[in-house]
Amino acid sequence: MLNRILAPLSAAWKEATDSQVWTSIFRHGKPVSNRNRALVMMSNVFLHLHPVKSRKAGIKLRYTWCMGGITFFLFLVLTFTGLLLMFYYRPTVEYAYADIVDLQEHVPLGIMRELHRWGAHAMVITVWLHMLRVFMTGSYKPPREFNWGIGVVLLVLTLLLSFTGYLLPWDQLAIWAIAVGSNMARATPLLGTEGPLSASLTLGDISLINAGNDARFALLGARSVGQPTLLRFYVLHCVGLPLVAAFLMAVHFWRVRKDGGISGPM
Amino acid sequence: MIDLFKDLVNWASGPTVLFTIATLGLLAAFRFTQVWSKTSAKVFFAVLAVFYTASMWDPDFFLIVAKPDNIPITGVIFLVFFFTWFAMHQGIQNDRRSAGEGEVLEKQESEKVWVWPDLVYTEMLAMVILSIVLLVWSILLAAPLEQPANPADSPNPSKAPWYFLGLQEMLVYFDPWLAGVVFPTLIIVGLMAIPYIDTNPKGNGYFTFRERKAEIVIFLFGFLILWCLLVVSGTFLRGPNWNFFGPYEYWDVHRVEPLLNVNVSDFFWVKLLGRPLPTGGFFAALMREWLGILMVGAYLFVLPVVMSWPRDKFPTGLKWLSCHHYFEKMGATRYYLGVSLFLMMMSLPIKMYLRWAFNLKYIVAFPEIFFNI
Repeated sequence: MLNRILAPLSAAWKEATDSQVWTSIFRHGKPVSNRNRALVMMSNVFLHLHPVKSRKAGIKLRYTWCMGGITFFLFLVLTFTGLLLMFYYRPTVEYAYADIVDLQEHVPLGIMRELHRWGAHAMVITVWLHMLRVFMTGSYKPPREFNWGIGVVLLVLTLLLSFTGYLLPWDQLAIWAIAVGSNMARATPLLGTEGPLSASLTLGDISLINAGNDARFALLGARSVGQPTLLRFYVLHCVGLPLVAAFLMAVHFWRVRKDGGISGPM
Repeated sequence: MIDLFKDLVNWASGPTVLFTIATLGLLAAFRFTQVWSKTSAKVFFAVLAVFYTASMWDPDFFLIVAKPDNIPITGVIFLVFFFTWFAMHQGIQNDRRSAGEGEVLEKQESEKVWVWPDLVYTEMLAMVILSIVLLVWSILLAAPLEQPANPADSPNPSKAPWYFLGLQEMLVYFDPWLAGVVFPTLIIVGLMAIPYIDTNPKGNGYFTFRERKAEIVIFLFGFLILWCLLVVSGTFLRGPNWNFFGPYEYWDVHRVEPLLNVNVSDFFWVKLLGRPLPTGGFFAALMREWLGILMVGAYLFVLPVVMSWPRDKFPTGLKWLSCHHYFEKMGATRYYLGVSLFLMMMSLPIKMYLRWAFNLKYIVAFPEIFFNI
């Protein structure tokens, strides 16, 4: 009885996998033979981030916690959901808040904003945990010193991505969090109006550093959180920072491979 | 009974008590490594979970913890505890193996396996599970959206995003140029410098504690206490005007905390000599602050040199200060860089305790040029 259902199904499956379309996409058979397990890694652009073989201890979940991989996956989720959000969101003081309300109230079953926000929170945590794991296994030690440094920059980029995104809903939570955060820039030594020594930067009687040109102004594009800030943070959040992060991720993954793959005892 | 318990928890959550308990607890756990066992982890997580769940019946606790943007903090508490335990547990198991006849676990399993299926399937499973978690989380809990932005109406408290609350908490003890600019820069630089400072060849590529004690103690103190604990307390325990509120306390906007903080210069000139502070001009300001300048200078520039001396140069009781063996092992450049970064890191707890013990505001205070330490 079961066979009568399964037989045509497996025949159809065989038909499909023998077709010209299938064989044009997958150049080799199922990865059940060792030859094909090697081929699948080498012929697939996504899988080729991996080596063909790896040390057994290194790929154990208890060793890596899969935290780096999870972080990368969250980055992809955030890129995808962020792209969808960009269809609906206009980065102006006039429309930003209303667009978010629209998303919430008029999009049926809409959870893209939720996925994006919770995914972003989760990514901050997984980056920390990835870093904790790499530290606790001593994986930053030679020959991986440089890649640890890249990782630290990626941590900073993750925080900056989250920080710039925090402003975009343009609600009270958003602007005051950014106001508090960016107030610090006012205290930058030499470059902030209320920073040490900045008063000493004068040209005759004219003070070179003022609220209209200091470090905080550069961050906000204005004297307080306003339209220029929203646009600036939007562009950084959607284009600038993700590009830099993607670029550094490429370097990070490349160096994982070039430095000998997942770390292990020498 | 319950009120007594709540009062106790509120008291223990105060910055002074919480920081001290957490630090001593962590140090004790490094001293008595048997606490990183499976049994104590189970007990610990059971207690934490019961405490957390039972506390949900308290309206003030619930109000703070159930705020949508505070959910990640609960995640941080449980995940960071779990993974710290997991790493230490594996490290100590490996230490036992290598102390006996065996080899560390990571070395035992050094044969190569096919990445398809062994790794690819794990990754696939991780993606599926994570997707489910994210979807369920997103369906159950709406992303927060407050009133439209109003630059004229600042909420009290105004908080930075949760992952920066450690820095905001530092503002209690340091001026913004340090807490918001210099220290974040030093954290980034310091983290990047770790592989170049740490010359210990052991513990590369496997969990261990015994072979890397100093590194792990310093890193975990920084990560768990100076970063995570401050993030958690900044989120849950800091209310209006950045005043401290216990987890079961109502965030009263009108609570006034007296600020009676004094500077080192006040201690020296007013309290010790009974004179007014020197005024007028640059040199008067230097004179006013000479003791603070000396203290900071000694801490940052003299102490590292003194610490590099061999043990026999120290009087008994201070021998623990000697880091001569590190100086020998690491060489001058690495040693001074490492010790300077370490002392900068320790300046936060030092300033905290100075504040709590003496109400000390600034060690060096030049408000004229915003240069306060």
